[in-house]
Amino acid sequence: MSHLSERPTNPVVGQDLPHESAQLHVTGAALYTDDLVLRTHGTLHAHPVQAPHAHARVTGLRTAPALEVPGVVRVLTASDVTGVNDAGVKHDEPLFPDEVMFFGHSVAWVLGETLEAARLGAAAVEVDYEPLPSIVTVREAIDAESFQGAQPHLERGDVETAFDGAAHVFSGEFEFAGQEHFYLETHCALALVDENGQVFVQSSTQHPSETQEIVAHVLGVPSHEVTVQCLRMGGGFGGKEMQPHGLAAIAAIGARLTGRPVRLRLTRTQDLTMSGKRHGFHSRWRVAFDDDGRLLALDATLTADGGWSLDLSEPVLARALCHIDNAYWIPNVRVNGRIARTNKTSQTAFRGFGGPQGMLVIEDVLGRCAPLLGLDPADLRRRNFYTDGQTTPYGQPVRHPERITAAWDAVVASGELERRREEVARYNAEHPDTKRAIGITPVKFGISFNLTAFNQAGALVHVYKDGSVLINHGGTEMGQGLHTKMLQVAATALGVPLSTVRLAPTRTDKVPNTSATAASSGADLNGGAVKNACEQITDRLRAVAAGRLGVHPNDVRFEDGVVHAIGGTGEQVPWAQLVHQAYFQRVQLWAAGFYRTEGLHWDSSRMQGSPFKYFAYGVAATEVEVDGFTGAYRTRRVDIVHDVGDSLSPLVDIGQIEGGFVQGAGWLTLEDLRWDESDRASRGRLATQAASTYKLPSFSEMPEEFNVSLLEQAHEDGVVYGSKAVGEPPLMLAFSVREALRQAAAAFGPAGTSVDLASPATPEAVFWAVEEARAAGEGHPDDAHVEVAAPGDPGVRPEQPDADARPMQPESERAVGAGARP
Amino acid sequence: MASTTPTTTAGTTAASTPGTRSADTGEVTAPRATVNGRECGFEGAAAHTSALDWLRGLGLTGAKEGCAEGECGACSVLVARPAGDGPDAGTQWTALNACLVPAASLDGQEVVTSEGLGEPGDLHPVQHEMAVRGGSQCGYCTPGFVCSMAAEYYRPGRDTPEAGGDLVPGTDATRPVEGEGDAADDPNAPHHDPVDHDHGPNGFDLHALSGNLCRCTGYRPIRDAAFALGRPTDDDALAQRTHEPAPAPVATRFASGAGEYLRAGDLADVFALRSEHPDATLVAGSTDWGVEVNIRGVRAPVVIGIDRVPELRTFETGPDVVELGAALTLSEIEARLDGRVPLLAQVFPQFASRLIRNGATLGGNLGTGSPIGDTPPALLALEAVVVLASPSGEREVPLADYFTGYRATVRRPDELIRAVRLPLPLSPVTAFHKIAKRRFDDISSVAVGFALQVNDGVVTKARIGLGGVAATPVRALETEAALEGRPFTRETARAAAAVMRREGTPLDDHRASAAYRSAMLGTALLKLHAQHAGRTTREEASA
Repeated sequence: MSHLSERPTNPVVGQDLPHESAQLHVTGAALYTDDLVLRTHGTLHAHPVQAPHAHARVTGLRTAPALEVPGVVRVLTASDVTGVNDAGVKHDEPLFPDEVMFFGHSVAWVLGETLEAARLGAAAVEVDYEPLPSIVTVREAIDAESFQGAQPHLERGDVETAFDGAAHVFSGEFEFAGQEHFYLETHCALALVDENGQVFVQSSTQHPSETQEIVAHVLGVPSHEVTVQCLRMGGGFGGKEMQPHGLAAIAAIGARLTGRPVRLRLTRTQDLTMSGKRHGFHSRWRVAFDDDGRLLALDATLTADGGWSLDLSEPVLARALCHIDNAYWIPNVRVNGRIARTNKTSQTAFRGFGGPQGMLVIEDVLGRCAPLLGLDPADLRRRNFYTDGQTTPYGQPVRHPERITAAWDAVVASGELERRREEVARYNAEHPDTKRAIGITPVKFGISFNLTAFNQAGALVHVYKDGSVLINHGGTEMGQGLHTKMLQVAATALGVPLSTVRLAPTRTDKVPNTSATAASSGADLNGGAVKNACEQITDRLRAVAAGRLGVHPNDVRFEDGVVHAIGGTGEQVPWAQLVHQAYFQRVQLWAAGFYRTEGLHWDSSRMQGSPFKYFAYGVAATEVEVDGFTGAYRTRRVDIVHDVGDSLSPLVDIGQIEGGFVQGAGWLTLEDLRWDESDRASRGRLATQAASTYKLPSFSEMPEEFNVSLLEQAHEDGVVYGSKAVGEPPLMLAFSVREALRQAAAAFGPAGTSVDLASPATPEAVFWAVEEARAAGEGHPDDAHVEVAAPGDPGVRPEQPDADARPMQPESERAVGAGARP
Repeated sequence: MASTTPTTTAGTTAASTPGTRSADTGEVTAPRATVNGRECGFEGAAAHTSALDWLRGLGLTGAKEGCAEGECGACSVLVARPAGDGPDAGTQWTALNACLVPAASLDGQEVVTSEGLGEPGDLHPVQHEMAVRGGSQCGYCTPGFVCSMAAEYYRPGRDTPEAGGDLVPGTDATRPVEGEGDAADDPNAPHHDPVDHDHGPNGFDLHALSGNLCRCTGYRPIRDAAFALGRPTDDDALAQRTHEPAPAPVATRFASGAGEYLRAGDLADVFALRSEHPDATLVAGSTDWGVEVNIRGVRAPVVIGIDRVPELRTFETGPDVVELGAALTLSEIEARLDGRVPLLAQVFPQFASRLIRNGATLGGNLGTGSPIGDTPPALLALEAVVVLASPSGEREVPLADYFTGYRATVRRPDELIRAVRLPLPLSPVTAFHKIAKRRFDDISSVAVGFALQVNDGVVTKARIGLGGVAATPVRALETEAALEGRPFTRETARAAAAVMRREGTPLDDHRASAAYRSAMLGTALLKLHAQHAGRTTREEASA
């Protein structure tokens, strides 16, 4: 067992603790960035001027009318940028554009004494636009070959030979939607300038260091003149990894120009129309199976809808390619990726970061092909799991593949799947108008940033003379419980009670050069750094204690606020007393900790290497009931077994699993981003740009029975206290909902019906799937069946394969029989 | 103050003449409300300033803006409202979306926010359960959840000593006014079943939280917190408060900046204020008006609050008619009808959320003339009559004749909706089918209200109201004709369903495709028949 993963006796990690801010949350005392405005004197408010075109050139911009509006103080335009007019790291995102790239793009910002004044001022700014042709859908981008950034290629084995010799070959297409983060707290920044011209930005950001860098480069000052602080976020989910930077820069520009604090908070509709989302994807694929339903080859092209600029689309796409295998051994693989440039918001990180999109492709393939292979979908999945000694298509050995099977078998047992499948079959036989099904799917998710350099973290731990401890680290708190875990790690590493440790807000002047709190890596990286800092301190204290106790330093133990010799006999020195003594011996009582994830290597040009420290595993089984009259459905029961290693904080981890699952179910079933794809003037406008039209899961979508447990015997060697990351992987457990819906829809048709299901699988999409299944039957004895015309909206129905793609049919000459449908 | 009240109009400081006229003396006093037990004025607020922004300006930043249109509940606060009719009614702590109501409408009222319920180290029972069970992650939605949960915690009759309270099987919660209700076996029926997973063993109705969104937890720990709540202790100040009358409305005269908020005392006052301000906007629950203000930036020179006008708050059940005052909130109607109009009992849980129903009114729902309002399809099926009042008197208009076009009605500018009347007896076979993306708290893509008389197996009368398929809510007249006089069989249902498929002129939009809407019209009757047949089968089996 590694030193990093070894736990002392009676550790604080592993205890069930509520969120460290829970008492502040429930009383409304917890402060978020916008709450600070009310404690800041003389604040100005910023409001954007948003363009009403999907693509246009700005040919004129007159700010004078806005300045006539009472209370308007200043209008910010490109001429106010003293550094680089760029909000991103790729230098393709002008902060003040002269070419509008999406409907709602902000071309100027108005500062007002009140938000009302700024709003009216923004309405008064006169902008002349010359509309330009626009590309709104990913299909339009493919047709126009409108791509941006890298086009990665991942290949292993001999794909063509594998196809030639395969018993079953299928092909298809699948286009699926993205997702809005809909953190309850919209983007917010509050910028102040101090007496030295130093800029202090409080920002709701997952990536304070990058917010700092971009504010600095927009202002044209070195990074040491900018400090960014994040108290906490009201949700992030990846949406605050890149998107806060430009908004913070606007506030900073305003604060520098006016000398007054500037607050910028987006309304919900501004946030929806201006900030990036999860990438929707288009995929085209061919797959080969042998006679036993074992995957032989996969050939796929994934096209991510990147929106107007690159943002994080390249690493998102790379992760999608690296997860198209999910938990399955595919000996021969060829995947091509590309990023469509469309006139939409610039799509960005979202919990899973491309992993969900890659995995959705293979889960959709398996869900569609299982009936054609004459196999139960659960059987098809299970027989293709990785086994020991196998590697991913990008060459990384799959460690602990037995945990996939262990989690699967645990779900089958605890979820009583055998009995319930019989119940479902009985129910379906008795109910012509409603059908039930149980879907079960696995998750294998790689942990670490694909870009190796990001896998580092820092921490700053102070022990004060009275023994109290203050920790800082580079991670941000967005509700995921990172701070709770870091307090537990520090208390464990120092051997003190939790109450001895406090945590101070994340600031770039405390811990520099941090990575985004993203990729589920927050606890792994910052935990490693906090532990390292704590151990520097205990190593120094150990020497002091050894002298006092008369033992070798290696035999000193720190436990629950007491320092003693190994074995627990002899003098028990209170922690505070030892600290006090160390101070008078002039021993340094604080330390900067650092952590780098060992063993990673990645060649992005060849898409080969070992980019991940380990894989997180999980399995979910979901039972749904579908109403054949409407396509409406309920989630009756969910059983999950998920692998978090040895949990640092079980209550937090369970919360992440449940919340991730429901958020994933929202993406796959409910949340419906619709852009205006017409040729009207409103082309490119987001049609679902408010909470009233973009629907998140609410109480009614919560599984009626929801059983979550952590995989046992899951110690992860080489990770802080044997734990595993938990933020993203559970989101993909929600594939079980989608597959259950597919199976329930298929149950309206004859046995062996393969059903295409659009994503999101809204009640309407499920209804069309039910209709497809019914149509597959001979005649329509079912009362509920009605003849329906194909809907006009192409986003609703599963796309049919293009003419030049091979159809969803067994096509090998050898394929007759073996479960293939005639 | 300007910096702390973001929506205050800039540069307009002088014209403030806020005041409250005492009903007794006519004396004008400065408007003020009691917040967490402290008297607070409205200095610096504009007439359009929301209660949320005003509260945050007071330093009470627990309530948050998540959407500014009453969809997320992050701004939920508690307001003391009458628990029923009459002077002895007591008080019900009612959760409202603070983002939607004008701050000035709280003049003379009592408000409690998350800060007022408890503080760190001294948590309210609701806060305690939420905290220890992992009910908060990012915490942003949490104060709103806490307030909505507290409202249900204090709801009269939630948890009586008889365990289960009003949820005990065999109570008459679903009894119809007349004839036989069909709610009990209908999946769309309100949730009065004690084994329903929407109800806790402590009587907690999860629908109380249907207007609160959480993006982090997946809700399970919040449900556990809600279901773990006990009863308020005897020394609980907010529980004690419920035994006293709610604050009476005051005749607010609030002017600040470019607008005025005026609260009407009675119907005559409404007409007087209206003749003085012909362009005034009448607002009851403000659940629609608040959205106009917040999202579309609409500002009215004068808003007249009519939500507490007695003549608009009638509730009468006679032998021939049920009268529902136009300014009763849907929650009040739901509680007072107590299932006696089964079709409406099916509508209410599916109508927006509890937070919205605590403000929304029938008058508002009909007054906006929306083609997809959820009550019109049901009210059309119930053959509702709209009572329009003007200074010159009242007239009755059948709802079927009320709508004239997209957001256009027969209501004259000098009229307002005073009440809705439902003729009795009610048809016994009723159902409300709401087609939407989300099961609760969503806007319909299609809504269908059914009310059928079936005598000896023959449909003797059919009334079907449709929403979302035309420029106005409409009756499905041809379908009704295809049903009436025929046996209520599968064949009849299929034939009539084919007629119903062609009713209306559905459109494609972001909620649903036209094809799906038509398909839903085509399946609704089949579903109704299947439900009816299924129930008949079960009844026969148990007989």
